[in-house]
Order: sequence, then structure tokens, then C-alpha cells
Amino acid sequence: MLSVCDIDVFYGDAQALDRVSIDVEEGKIVAIVGANGAGKTSLIRTIAGMQRPARGHITFRGADITGWPSCRVCNAGIGQVAEGRQVFPTLTVRENLEVAALLPRARGKLAHSLARVFAMFPILAERGRQPAGTLSGGEQQMLAIGRCLMGRPDLVMFDEPSLGLAPALVQEVLKTIRELNRDGLTCVLVEQNVAVSLRLADRAYVLENGRITLSGAGAELLADDRVRQAYLGM
Amino acid sequence: MIELWRIAPPRGRIVIALALAVLLALPLAADRYVISVLTLIFYFAYVGQAWNLMMGYAGQLSLGHALYVGVGGYVAALMWLKLGIGPWLGVFAAVAAAAAFGAAIGWLGFRFGIAGVYFALLTIAFAEFTRIGFDHLELTGGAAGLFLPFEEKRIGEWWNLRGGQLLFYYLGLALAAGAALLVALMARSRLGYQWRAVREDETAARALGIDAFAVKMAAVVISSGMTAVGGVFYAFYYNNLFPSQVFEISRSIELILAPIVGGLGTVFGPVIGAFVLTPLGEGLTAVTGRFGINAPGVKAVFYGVVLIVIISAMPSGVWPRLAALFGLKDHAR
Repeated sequence: MLSVCDIDVFYGDAQALDRVSIDVEEGKIVAIVGANGAGKTSLIRTIAGMQRPARGHITFRGADITGWPSCRVCNAGIGQVAEGRQVFPTLTVRENLEVAALLPRARGKLAHSLARVFAMFPILAERGRQPAGTLSGGEQQMLAIGRCLMGRPDLVMFDEPSLGLAPALVQEVLKTIRELNRDGLTCVLVEQNVAVSLRLADRAYVLENGRITLSGAGAELLADDRVRQAYLGM
Repeated sequence: MIELWRIAPPRGRIVIALALAVLLALPLAADRYVISVLTLIFYFAYVGQAWNLMMGYAGQLSLGHALYVGVGGYVAALMWLKLGIGPWLGVFAAVAAAAAFGAAIGWLGFRFGIAGVYFALLTIAFAEFTRIGFDHLELTGGAAGLFLPFEEKRIGEWWNLRGGQLLFYYLGLALAAGAALLVALMARSRLGYQWRAVREDETAARALGIDAFAVKMAAVVISSGMTAVGGVFYAFYYNNLFPSQVFEISRSIELILAPIVGGLGTVFGPVIGAFVLTPLGEGLTAVTGRFGINAPGVKAVFYGVVLIVIISAMPSGVWPRLAALFGLKDHAR
């Protein structure tokens, strides 16, 4: 469904990604794990069209989307839940959701999308008229996920969805991702929390200093000695 | 429009209708001086609203809006003087010219990622070099200024903005009310939502598929075009234009005070701000005049003090505080 082929990304002289290739099959959960600064967020930003690769190409459903602006990538069906939640603080919860449904592919389905998101996260319906900045961290993460879904994506990239959340909420968020996936959403999950994401993923890539150093089925990597030593402290 | 009226709370409707009725009937009772101060209030409410659209809603700081006032005023005045084309038609050219300037600044800034204070510097630079250009432009009389002659036979040609104080009073009122209505409508439009999203967090907005560049360009083009209409008003009201006066950075600053004091990103902020600030400034001029004090900088110092006091007491402006007091809701930041 999504295929990233040999991309290089630079910020000035600093190389963030070095010949990175990943494949995401439709209906699967793919995890990208790695330490801070390994290039995970750069990879997401590049796929999303917010950062241009210096070389390589990205295809989505057979179309070459390399260098497309982010609005076009979104409208093709790739959504993202950015790191740190990034809700619009003075807009109400409902406005946060509505603004995401302005995407051409989602425009006509506002009522349906809203009903679906509210069914998934009843707390958002309750807090609909409240400024998003007044929500708790967990509620903001739910809003960020709900907001992304308002754009009717076929594939969603989650960037550190568990960051800064209490353990119980982390489980909640991961459960949500699993449910969304069961409903047919293809997911790319970027996490520092290696153990949980590998358990969840059908396939995983390990990113180190801008390079893919390992890849395989989630369970396979979970059993890999190098992964266990480097990321799980075993 | 009807929808806006419908969603306004009953108390809000009464206040708006009452205020409009009073302002419409006021010339029956008030003297020339009061009318002239109110005309000025309307002018600042109007241009403040135009600036508010760009800064308050789309979050793009311009400190060079005097540029659009000046370009608008000069274009309409020149068409009137040189070609005999009245401002009712000239205003379209004025809007187009100012919007073109706005588009150029926006394109440069947004395409090359010049944001925040750096973008503000860019807007100052454009206003300044346009001022210097006009200082040396023979067609417009250079630094010596451009004057619209007083012609007895044209008095009463309201469509050419030739008339007395009352004409400009009602025109100003119409502009200020129209701008508030336009901004209220735009704030609720698709574009308005996108502006506010970009204002709050541009990266997040882009991640949701909002075309931040296009949305910001729309803001600067609409804002500059709107401001140009204020420039046409200014030119035909004062009948003279000097580059050093219209393009001055102090003019750009003066124009943004009302929305800041009144409340950024709200529909009534610029209106309330103009009603608070302009009479204070005019009152000060009257008082210093009465006592024979001639201190040219005193108004600027006074505005500075007022700004400090109001902003430290009400950081989000006077209007959001008032609105909360009356139980009304506006798009406060």
C-alpha cells in the first residue's frame, strides 16, 4: 500500500535518514522503533509531505507521491497523529474535529465522521464545547486521534502516541489503535516504547542513526537478541 | 447573515440594534466635533478589523498595514485627479493594487518560510521602501504631497465622495459595520476555521491537510484589499496625501492598537478598541491644545501608557472581558 524506497533526508548538512526503505501492507500494523533522534519523526514527516527527501521515492497505492505537498498527501488518504498531540488549544473540541473534516475527501461525511468519533470517544462529545486546551493529556490524545480520523484516512501514522501518558492511558491508546486496525485502518506506529509496539505490530523496522538496521515480524524482533539487549534491557 | 443574527444571543441583538440606531440618529443631536471624532472611530474600527482578520484570525503579524492604506489612497486619488475616474470606480483599482502588494509580501514571506517577527520585519520593509519610492515619485507630487481640490460644483456628488462631514460619517459607519459583518461571516466559513487552525499551530494544521500557504495568502490578500478601501476613505476625507504621513510606521502602529486593545481574533474587539482609544487620543489633543501645550510626541506617549495599562489589566483585550460580563460569546483567543 505504502512503499518508501531508498530515501535520504537532510536538515542542512545533517543527514536524518540514510537510504531508508519500508513497506506497509494494507490492513497491517507496522512499527518503527528506535531511540530518540534515530530519524523516526523525520520518516513520518517525509511520508506526510512536510519534508522533501533528497533522493529516493515514496509510492502510495501505486502513485508516486514523492514531493507532494502535505495537503495533497492527506487527501490521498494518509493521515498522521503528530507527536505531542498538537491540538488547537483555543478552538473547541468540536471545532478541532470539524476543521480536520475540511479535507476534500472528508467534506461530505462530516456528520458520519463526527458520530463515529464520538462513539469511539464519548468523552469528546461530552467536552464538545470546551476549548481543547482545557482537556487532560489523555483526552487531548484521544482528540488528536479523533481529529485525524475526521479526515477519513486509509492509513494513519501515529508518532509516539503514548508519550507522556499514564500507563493505564497508554493501554487505552494502544487498544484504540488495535481496534481501528481491526476495522480496516492501516497503521504505522512510531514508538520509543519498544516492547508494546512490537507486540502490537505485524511487521517492524528498527531505525538507528537514520538507517534501518533490522526488520521482520513483530514477534520475531521481540525475540531477537540484539533488540532485547539494545531496547528491552535484557 | 441571517444565520449570524439567529445565533446571536437576544441580549447581543438588542445591544447591536440599539447601538446602530443611536449611531444612525446621532447627527441629529451631536455637534460637528463629536461627529468628526466618531468618523475617526469608524475609520479605525474599519482598518483595525482588516488587520484583525490577518493577525487575529490567521495569526500573521503585519506591522506595515499603512502600506495598503497609502497605496489604496494614492491609486484612487490619482485616478480621480489624472483621469477623472471617481472613487466609486477607483476603489476597485485601489483594492487590486493593494492586494497585489499584499500578495507579493505574502508570497515572499510564506514561500520562503519567513515567519513571526521576521515576517513582520518584511512588512515594515515594504512599507518603508514604498514610502521612499513615493517621496521621489513625480506623478504623485513626491514628498510635497498630493492634494484633491475643493470644487464647489462637485459638492453633493456623494458617489465621488465629494461632500461634507455627514457623508463621511455615514460612510465610515457603513464601512465599520460592513467589515465587522464580513469578518463575522468569514470567521465561521471554511477559510475562517483554517485560519484559526494555522494561527494555533501551523504544523498541526498542515498535518491535517490544510494548505497553510494558500490559507495565509488568502488572509493577506483579503486584509490588504480591505485596508485599501480605508485608504480611499482617508484620501477623500482629508483631501491630501503625503508619503511621510500615510506610509509612516507610526501609522501602521496606530492602526493596530484598536484591535489589540479591544481583543485580537474577535469580531467586536476592533470596534470596542476604536471606541476606547480614539476619544482618549482626541481628548488629549483637545486638552493640550486648551492649555497651549505644543508637544508633538505627547499622543504617542499617551497611547503607549494606555496600551501598557490595558494590556496588563486585560491581556486578551477589553471586549472578551466585556463579553464575559454580559454572558456573550465571541471567538476570543
